[in-house]
Amino acid sequence: MTTTTSPAKTTTSVAQPSASLLERFRVPGAFFLGAVLLLGIAPIVLSDFRLNLLAKYLCYAIVAVGVSLAWGRGGLMVLGQGVFFGLGGYAMAMHLKLADAAATGQTLPDFMQLYGTGDVLPWWWKPFANPAFALAMTVLLPMAVAALLGFFVFRRRVKGAYFAILSQALAAALAIWLVGQQATTGGTNGLTDIQGFFGYDLNDPVNQRTVYFIIAAVLLLLMAAARQLFVSRYGELLIAVRDSEERVRFLGYNPANVKLVAYVVAAGMAGLAGALFVPAVGIISPALIGIVPSIGFVIGAAVGGRASLVGAVLGAVAVAWTQSTLSDAYPAAWTYLQGLLFVVAVGFLPGGLASLVTVLRKRRIPTRTTGETA
Amino acid sequence: MSGEGLTVRDLRVTFDGFKAVDGVDLDIRPGDLRFLIGPNGAGKTTLVDAVTGLVKATGSVRFGGEELLGKPVHRIARLGIGRTFQTATVFEELTVLQNLDIAAGARRGPLTMLRRRKGVPEAVTKALETTGLTELRDRPAGVLAHGQKQWLEIGMLLVQDVKLLLLDEPVAGMSHDEREATGELLQRVSEDHTVVVIEHDMDFMRSFARSVTVLHAGKVLSEGSVTEVQADAKVQEVYLGRASEPEPAAVPVAEEA
Repeated sequence: MTTTTSPAKTTTSVAQPSASLLERFRVPGAFFLGAVLLLGIAPIVLSDFRLNLLAKYLCYAIVAVGVSLAWGRGGLMVLGQGVFFGLGGYAMAMHLKLADAAATGQTLPDFMQLYGTGDVLPWWWKPFANPAFALAMTVLLPMAVAALLGFFVFRRRVKGAYFAILSQALAAALAIWLVGQQATTGGTNGLTDIQGFFGYDLNDPVNQRTVYFIIAAVLLLLMAAARQLFVSRYGELLIAVRDSEERVRFLGYNPANVKLVAYVVAAGMAGLAGALFVPAVGIISPALIGIVPSIGFVIGAAVGGRASLVGAVLGAVAVAWTQSTLSDAYPAAWTYLQGLLFVVAVGFLPGGLASLVTVLRKRRIPTRTTGETA
Repeated sequence: MSGEGLTVRDLRVTFDGFKAVDGVDLDIRPGDLRFLIGPNGAGKTTLVDAVTGLVKATGSVRFGGEELLGKPVHRIARLGIGRTFQTATVFEELTVLQNLDIAAGARRGPLTMLRRRKGVPEAVTKALETTGLTELRDRPAGVLAHGQKQWLEIGMLLVQDVKLLLLDEPVAGMSHDEREATGELLQRVSEDHTVVVIEHDMDFMRSFARSVTVLHAGKVLSEGSVTEVQADAKVQEVYLGRASEPEPAAVPVAEEA
């Protein structure tokens, strides 16, 4: 052990060993490539129908960005992202339904005229007529719910499977509540048949393309933001909390707050994804936000590699694509395959496909013995 | 940064009726290098758990004029009390440098947290040198040897800017050379910190302790310098009376007394 005293100021010295040119431009390069693919090539080579499907998958990918942060980096098994996806989706759909109604001179959305008890708009629908309010709510509402829930849950040190079950129960509860409120939420049907998007006709393929571009741009932006979080000091701390919460507490941090940030940010992303899903698909319903879709949200990330941002996003798109391809041909088999994928990914390849290269490489090189005896 | 003293009065910890710590009084002077010894189940680790807020206790623990009992773990840590555990707990996936940087950062504001780390904080550079881990700073902590992990933990306490270090069996499982290096490290650290070490290894204790407290069945059995404690008849009795103790590293104190 050396005992030399510190040579005055070394603070400004190089932090990383000088990276090669390739290494330095790897991330911006990959980002640029992704942007070219999503914004340039995909809209040219894909038909309107396929592009619309891709838009839907990209919404799932946005959820996966949040899952990657909360679960991959923070160790929070967020099995109830459907809640936040749903809150964002409903907030957006409520506004669009009100706008649709207003465009045809009605005061009530179509389903309320059919099932409603009166001809008065429920008070909690009213503010959603304002587009700015509705847009803000698509993100703020899920974040507020996550903050409230997380505040109590993390302070009481609920974690692991208990946290997963709790968040899933919440997804089930929201879906059941929505089904029960047919007069004000559309019940099982959800909010359907959405025609316009801030004055633009969604049946027009050109406008559908615009929706696609918005979704792709939002995904890229959120990936950049998440990447910044990953490499920041907060990102390092989040990993530390995931791997040894108790140790972090003894360093003088409150791990509950560290986890809360990841959880709330992930919820906001899921909310935004839900909001963008509505114009792309034209519907939001309890079936899209309950337990099964909530599990679906994390499977993509698990398969692709939850700790890797790109892995999670590609995984989400790939799983969603497989689902719509296979579930058309074998509707019953998909559920089983989904379950199998989840078990295999979590149990045998925790790093997902993104870690496959590293895992295989490690196989070939004998692992280093650490000489641990304790 | 000079050490601060710890004052424990009538500390009691009970687990389902079992008195793990049973009325302990303890005065640790600033700058001391105190060893806590005693047979298994004497309450050494529980005592440290109580001081750091991990278990509920009654009585009084004062540090730098503040009462610690009743405060949550992270608040006690921020007052300048750091601890290690019997098994080294470092963040295995993070590098040595990242481990130290996190340890140094409990007082960072949100804006700093959201930025990427640029350069190495001076305290971290210093701790790397003190612990001899400078060469290994970009390695993941998970690949370090057992002794190096313990040094990293001590380094993390140093950058955390603690005044009191509570170390739970820091040399368990170490080779002879590693023990010597650790002992020297502790002596250097105790120049401007107060250090409390729980230890089973009596050779190690004899070589490096400045003062010793012997715990037995939750009570303080004896206290003083190494020589005083070794000469204490009660201590000899406790240690000789536990010949079946399955602790190969623990050579009875009374042996050479």
